[in-house]
Amino acid sequence: MNTMSLLVFDGLLLLSIVGLAWASLATTDIRRGVILFIAFGLLLAVAWGRLLAPDVALAEAAIGAGLSGALLLAAVHRQPRPLPPGSANDSMNRGTAAVSMAVRWAVTLLSAALAGTLAWALLHAFSSTPHDMLPRAISGNLAASGVSNPVTAVLLNFRAYDTLLELAVLLTAVLGIFSLGQATPGYRPAGPIFDGLVRWLVPVLILMAGYLLWVGAHAPGGAFQAGATLAAAGVVLRLAGRSRIGLPDGFMLRIVMAAGVGVFLLVGLSLLLLGRPFLAYPPAWAGALILLIETAAMLSIAATLLLAFLGGQPESTGVKAAANRQREELPRC
Amino acid sequence: MINTLSSILILAGVFFYLAGSIGLLRLPDLYSRLHALTKADNLGLGLLMAGLALHSQDLFVMLKLLLIWLAVLAASATSAHLIARQARRQETGS
Amino acid sequence: MTELFILSALGLMLSLFLGLLRVLHGPGAGDRMLAIQLIGTAGVGILLLLNVLLNQPALLDVALLLALLAAVTAAAFTGQQETHHD
Repeated sequence: MNTMSLLVFDGLLLLSIVGLAWASLATTDIRRGVILFIAFGLLLAVAWGRLLAPDVALAEAAIGAGLSGALLLAAVHRQPRPLPPGSANDSMNRGTAAVSMAVRWAVTLLSAALAGTLAWALLHAFSSTPHDMLPRAISGNLAASGVSNPVTAVLLNFRAYDTLLELAVLLTAVLGIFSLGQATPGYRPAGPIFDGLVRWLVPVLILMAGYLLWVGAHAPGGAFQAGATLAAAGVVLRLAGRSRIGLPDGFMLRIVMAAGVGVFLLVGLSLLLLGRPFLAYPPAWAGALILLIETAAMLSIAATLLLAFLGGQPESTGVKAAANRQREELPRC
Repeated sequence: MINTLSSILILAGVFFYLAGSIGLLRLPDLYSRLHALTKADNLGLGLLMAGLALHSQDLFVMLKLLLIWLAVLAASATSAHLIARQARRQETGS
Repeated sequence: MTELFILSALGLMLSLFLGLLRVLHGPGAGDRMLAIQLIGTAGVGILLLLNVLLNQPALLDVALLLALLAAVTAAAFTGQQETHHD
């Protein structure tokens, strides 16, 4: 009776997730597609919880429920209204129809090949024995890693180099965002009800981010989840029409953006100077070093995600702001 | 005895959730759906949490559940207000 | 007691599924946002039940995060953006 009900539960969840994914891609109205995608993200967070992966569930909840929903909705609102199908560009559409058919077939075949490869890899992983070598290796070395949460140990100690490169990828992404120019226009100031919610929601989110950062050492959590929560706090402030959303100005902003990669590199290089291999923490200091790196990474990730929502350079750091500052400084000499 | 009380609360919570969803599907208008959903959902979640708090008998868990309940209350009240206001704006403005 | 939890999770999943029908079908965007609220609250409920069923204390934190961020989507949906001033 138990397994039967659990099976029905899993079946409904699976059906909903796949159905939502299909519906959000297949719809012709893009606003409807965005809302379906948000629902998909929420169900995915529940699915990660069901699959006993709470770290991923935390990240999916922070990003899927808060950030990507707001980002996509804001982008959709800025779209111009789509042209009706019988309008002037019809001949151009017919010419490109043949090309897009070939592209569609190519993408379908590639996706099928990718899905087939993933299915083969999954079956292979389940059938080969023994398949617990990796968990045994992790639990064997966990004591020397400085933390007791195996996910954090893998991310920040055993595979720290990979995480360093991921943070570098985020830094590159935010440089790309900066190259888009000024940030998108802000929001109108919120009414009293939403403003009242924001007054306590933002401090609680900041506290939650600090809690997730701290608890990541011995329970699910960590820098990424904490950074995403902090970015969500900034997004909430932005949606309420506030002008100050937690990003520092000018030079400090650039320091915060580079802090994740910077501190990681500093730690690695200092260890090199001390005669150890790159990013090989001495077990006595591993916990403290991991916390230091995670704090810097949390700030960088939060700044990156918030800047992604802003869609460009914030008003205080752009070219116009620098010109204004220069104009203000001239009369003094 | 605690178990029976907790079971009753949890079942009542699920009942109100289902009632709210049926209201979402069957009621004719956005505003009436907002009414049904927000009230029934929050009541269902509150009863569910009361049952779970009784079942857990751990103070830290109970406090966390209380915090979650307060957050959901405030967030869904605000969301309902925002959605209704937006719908009103679309009816009268554009 | 475990059967009760599983049945309750199933009941919540069912109500979530009914809400999905409204997301897919709802004539206006407001109806769809409303269904998103249902999915969020039902998701919090399911996570709380899974927390006890699967003995994963961290799912309480996931539920808390979902609860805190539930209003953000509605705010993003209804927020009005300023036009550029220059």
